[in-house]
Amino acid sequence: MGMTMAERILAEAAGKDQVQAGEFVVAEIDLALLHDIFAAGVFDTLLDVGVADVFDPEKAVVVVDHLVPAPSAEAAAVHQKIRDHVARLGINSFYDAGDGICHQLLPERGHIRPGSLVVGTDSHTTSYGALGAGGTGIGTSDMVYALATGKLWFRVPETLRFEFTGDLMASVSWKDVILHLAGRFGADAAQYRSMEFGGPAAANADMSSRLTVANMAVEMGAKFGMFAADDVTDSYLREHGGVGSDPFGPDADASYAEVHEIHLSDLSPQVALPHEIDRVSPIEEVVGLTVNQCFLGSCTNGRIEDLEAAAEIVAGKQIAPGIRLLVAPASRRVLQEATRSGALESLIQAGATVMAPGCGPCFGGHGGLLGPGERCIGTHNRNFPGRMGSAQAEIYLASPATVAASALAGCIADPREAESTNG
Amino acid sequence: MADNVRTGEVMTGRVWRFDHDISTDLLSPGAYAIDPVEVRKLHVLESINPSFAGEVESGDVLVAGRNFGCGSSRETAAENLKVLGVACVVAESFARIFMRNAVAVGLPVLVCAGVHEAFSEGEGAEIDLSSGLVRNTDTGSELTGDSLPQEMREILTAGGILAVLRESTGQHLSL
Repeated sequence: MGMTMAERILAEAAGKDQVQAGEFVVAEIDLALLHDIFAAGVFDTLLDVGVADVFDPEKAVVVVDHLVPAPSAEAAAVHQKIRDHVARLGINSFYDAGDGICHQLLPERGHIRPGSLVVGTDSHTTSYGALGAGGTGIGTSDMVYALATGKLWFRVPETLRFEFTGDLMASVSWKDVILHLAGRFGADAAQYRSMEFGGPAAANADMSSRLTVANMAVEMGAKFGMFAADDVTDSYLREHGGVGSDPFGPDADASYAEVHEIHLSDLSPQVALPHEIDRVSPIEEVVGLTVNQCFLGSCTNGRIEDLEAAAEIVAGKQIAPGIRLLVAPASRRVLQEATRSGALESLIQAGATVMAPGCGPCFGGHGGLLGPGERCIGTHNRNFPGRMGSAQAEIYLASPATVAASALAGCIADPREAESTNG
Repeated sequence: MADNVRTGEVMTGRVWRFDHDISTDLLSPGAYAIDPVEVRKLHVLESINPSFAGEVESGDVLVAGRNFGCGSSRETAAENLKVLGVACVVAESFARIFMRNAVAVGLPVLVCAGVHEAFSEGEGAEIDLSSGLVRNTDTGSELTGDSLPQEMREILTAGGILAVLRESTGQHLSL
C-alpha cells in the first residue's frame, strides 16, 4: 500500500519498508534543533543523567534567537552557558545572537533535506515541511533522550491532505490561506495528525510562502505540515547551501484520513481575532478597528518577501500618528537583503522601528510588549491571551500586507485598498 | 503526591475545571521562560484563574475541554502542573506536544470525551488510567476515556523519559 509523506519519512527513519498510521515506531533522528530558551537546560540535564556526548555533533544545531540581544543579566548568563556547552560538545552548527531565528536559519543555511526527520525544542519546527522534511516540536526531556541516543518514539500520524487550486488575488498571500484553514477547520483539526499541502497552487507557491504555511500547521495541532519537494525546493536548496535535491512526495496511492479541495481565487485577506487562532474573519468584517502596535516579523513572516510586501505598501507614506510599527527581520541575511533592496529604507522612512533579527516580541519574552487594553496586529502566529505582554491586550494576526496597510491607517485596513490608493 | 501516581492505580482528587484551548502561554507564561520552577509555578494559569497556583493541592485533578496545552513546545507547561502536585489532567483532547511532554515528565493524562460537561469545579473525580474509567464521585456519573497506549504508559510508569534514560545510561539503549 502507498504511503503518505509522514509514513515514508517515519518508515525510513525506523528502518522499515512500510509503516501505517497508528503504529508506534522508534525512529532515528536526522537533525536536532535547540534554541536559547531550552538549550542550556537540555545540556545540563544530559550531564546530570551521565551522558557526556551527544549522539552526533554534526546532527545538532543550536540557535540563540529568543532572548536577543540579551534583555537581562539572567538571559546573558544562559547564553554564556550555551556557548560553553556547544564548545564542549563540539557542535559546529551554532548560530549566536543576531544571526536570526532558527526556523529561518536552518533552511537558509542548507541544514534541511527533503525526506529527513527533524526534531526541535520549538513547536514551529513544522516549518521544515516546506522543504519536504518531517519537522516536529518536542519537549526538553524528549530532546535529552534524542541527543543521548539519536532516537525517539513516534506514533505514525494519519494525514489530512489539502489540494489547492486557483490563483490568489493581488495583496492576498499564503498567510491568508493558512489563517483561512485554521478558521475553517479549527485549531485542533489536525491534532496528532500530519498535513500535506498539494495541488497546482501549492506547486506554484514560492519557498517563502511554503515556510509560512508549514510553520503554522502546528496551530491546527499538526505533527508535520508538508509540501512535496519539487523544482522550487531544488532551486531554493541550490541557492541556500549549494546542494540540490531530488523530488520527494507521497506515493500516488497513499491513504488519507481526509482530503479537502481549497479554491484560492476568491479568498480575501484574513485576520485571526483574539484570543484564538481559529477565530478568523475575512478582513471586510474587521476593517476600521483601531490598533496601537503593528508587528512585522517572526518565523512565520519575517522573510525578505514579507518585508518587501510591506515596504511596497508604506513606501513614500507615513504610518498613522500614535502607531508603533515594529520590524524584526528573520535573519541577518534578510536584514542585509532588505537593506540592499531599499525595503528597509521605505519602512524606516514611513516610521518603523527596526529590531534585531530574532523572535522579538512574538513570544512575549521582551521588546515590544503590550500594555493592558492595547491592541496589536502582527504577522506572527499566536494570539493567545498574554502572549505579548499583558493578558488584557488583544492580538490580531494577519499578512505582512495587511499589517502594513493597518499601520498607515491606524486601524485594521484592507491591503487591496491601500494598493489601489497608491496606484 | 503526584510522584506516587503510577499507571494502573486509581486516583481520586478534587477537580479544577478549565475550558477549551488552554494554551502553554497560560500554563507557563513566556515572561518567566527561563526562571526557576519555584518562580514559574506561581504564575500557572494566573491570567484566567489567579487563585489556582496558590490553592491547588497535591492530588488535585484538572478537567478541561478540547486542545489542552496548545501552543509552544515548552515542557514547563506540563512540568509546572506536576510540580504543583496535579495528579492527572483529563481533557476532551490534548495538543500533541503537551501530551508528549506530559508523558515525558511523568504527568498522567487521559483523553475523555464528554469530561468537560461531566464535572463542575470542586467536585471529586476518580480516575483509572489503565481502564480509562472516569467517575464523578459527587454525581456518580461515569465516562470511559481512551486508555493510554502501552508505549506511553511504560514511560509514565518509569516516572518519565529521563528515568528511562537514567536506567539505561551507559548501556545499549532501546525504547
